[in-house]
Amino acid sequence: MANAVEIKNVSMRFNMAKEKVDSIKEYIIKFFKRQLLFEEFMALSDINIDIEQGEVFGLIGLNGCGKSTLLKIISGIYKPSTGSVKVNGTIAPLIELGAGFDMDLTARENIYLNGSVLGYSKQYIDEKFDEIVDFTELHQFLDVPMKNYSSGMVARVGFAIATITKPDILIVDEILAVGDFLFQEKCEKRINELMSGGTTVIIVSHSIDQITRLCDRVAWIESGKIKMIGKADEICALYANSAK
Amino acid sequence: MKYFQTFIKYKYLLSNLIGRDIKVKYRRSILGILWSVLNPLLMMLVLSAVFSALFGMGGRFGGLNVPFNIYYLTGATIYNFISEATSTSMMSVYSASQLIKKVYIPKYIFPLEKCLFSFVNMLFSLIAVFLVMIFSGVDFHLTMFLMPVPILYALIFSIGMSFMLSALTVFFRDIIHLYGVFLTAWMYATPIIYPIGILESRPKLMFLMKFNPMFHYVEYFRSVTIYGAIPNLKDNLICLAFSFGMLIIGVLIFKNRQDKFVLYM
Ligand SMILES: Nc1ncnc2c1ncn2[C@@H]1O[C@H](COP(=O)(O)OP(=O)(O)OP(=O)(O)O)[C@@H](O)[C@H]1O
Ligand SMILES: [Mg+2]
Repeated sequence: MANAVEIKNVSMRFNMAKEKVDSIKEYIIKFFKRQLLFEEFMALSDINIDIEQGEVFGLIGLNGCGKSTLLKIISGIYKPSTGSVKVNGTIAPLIELGAGFDMDLTARENIYLNGSVLGYSKQYIDEKFDEIVDFTELHQFLDVPMKNYSSGMVARVGFAIATITKPDILIVDEILAVGDFLFQEKCEKRINELMSGGTTVIIVSHSIDQITRLCDRVAWIESGKIKMIGKADEICALYANSAK
Repeated sequence: MKYFQTFIKYKYLLSNLIGRDIKVKYRRSILGILWSVLNPLLMMLVLSAVFSALFGMGGRFGGLNVPFNIYYLTGATIYNFISEATSTSMMSVYSASQLIKKVYIPKYIFPLEKCLFSFVNMLFSLIAVFLVMIFSGVDFHLTMFLMPVPILYALIFSIGMSFMLSALTVFFRDIIHLYGVFLTAWMYATPIIYPIGILESRPKLMFLMKFNPMFHYVEYFRSVTIYGAIPNLKDNLICLAFSFGMLIIGVLIFKNRQDKFVLYM
């Protein structure tokens, strides 16, 4: 079977914020003092993963080990410092929901704005508008500026817009923890719908139960390197035990 | 081909962002459109008052064969357009860092959007040009139908320059201040508030002027708007060379640097 995502020798290097040179003045001063040492930080080093079409793949690891960074590289938000990522098909990244929301605008306006940020056309949003609003269950707040929303309500709108397309590859970064329990159930149901019918899924979660339940295979990442990769239940058991 | 497809995909985002800027500027303040017209007019009144007090001659001096008012206003229209487009674009990529770090989005959208928004503002300020032409009795020539040509040249030039500046600003935040100074110098280096006749007696300055793209756009615009003359092939080729030269440089710099943007935000 063809691979949906091929990650080859991917490394990601960030400049550390404490020595950021962001003006010509500093650059020249540092240059003459020969201080132009960029403190570098390897967020990911030499990652190799092939993800098959239709597979549900999990990423686990401690805070700051590089999971979100890897998802952002797969989604094209970051370019890896070295290595390459090949993606076959359309991606719906559920990474940072509601990017580009303008809190002074109403939910109605924001649905169009955020939709366009995700690359939807006006026609498409027109078509799906009712479906999005139905999912959020916020009909009576539709024309209220979003600065008057609770954070859960904002999350609902973000989730509803992002999940309105059926992609080939779905990328989920710990977004199942938003909203009240009713909405969480609804979100899981929506994600299960999206996962059915051969969609490839890459999922990050700190809930080991959830990963074991959903995933076929799992990669355990430790300080930017793959520690282990294999069957979900085996890797999850090892990961859970490592804490003890 | 792939670039073209992504552009089509994000066309709606582009129009959405422009729409939002227009809404903020024009719909939320009733004075919005009025300001675009009044601002250059007020500036013009101040300058004419100063110059006729200094030189007299009823607003025609330095060998001008049109009233100073309209001479200034036509030059200022092009200059203000380029300077507004490039200076607002400059911060556009950096200001969008929150968005750029969260979703995939073609980054050139941001400077392009600011250029197109400035373009819309410039169209409104043309109202001022027409008003002053009527009131100061300047003849309307058929060549006015060529007004879109220099405007388009200036737009292409602005887009190229904006690509370059917005990419560099991500790495060197302080060029914003330098550029402010540069813009002022650029205004004085172009015959906008002084008659071009002053330069004609000085061959060296006139020679240098050949390398100033702003000079060529301003003169082209004046030719078709108030002089009733059609610029020749050479004038067009010079403008085209500046516009597309700048565009190519801008695109190359932007393309070359854009993958590194997120590391510096
Ligand atoms: N834009 C950036 N600039 C500098 N360092 C960054 C940047 N983005 C991430 N990092 C660093 O890279 C490392 C990995 O971050 P990442 O967000 O991928 O972790 P994570 O595995 O998703 O953690 P969590 O479980 O908390 O979500 C962190 O140490 C973080 O400080
Ligand atoms: Mg994360």
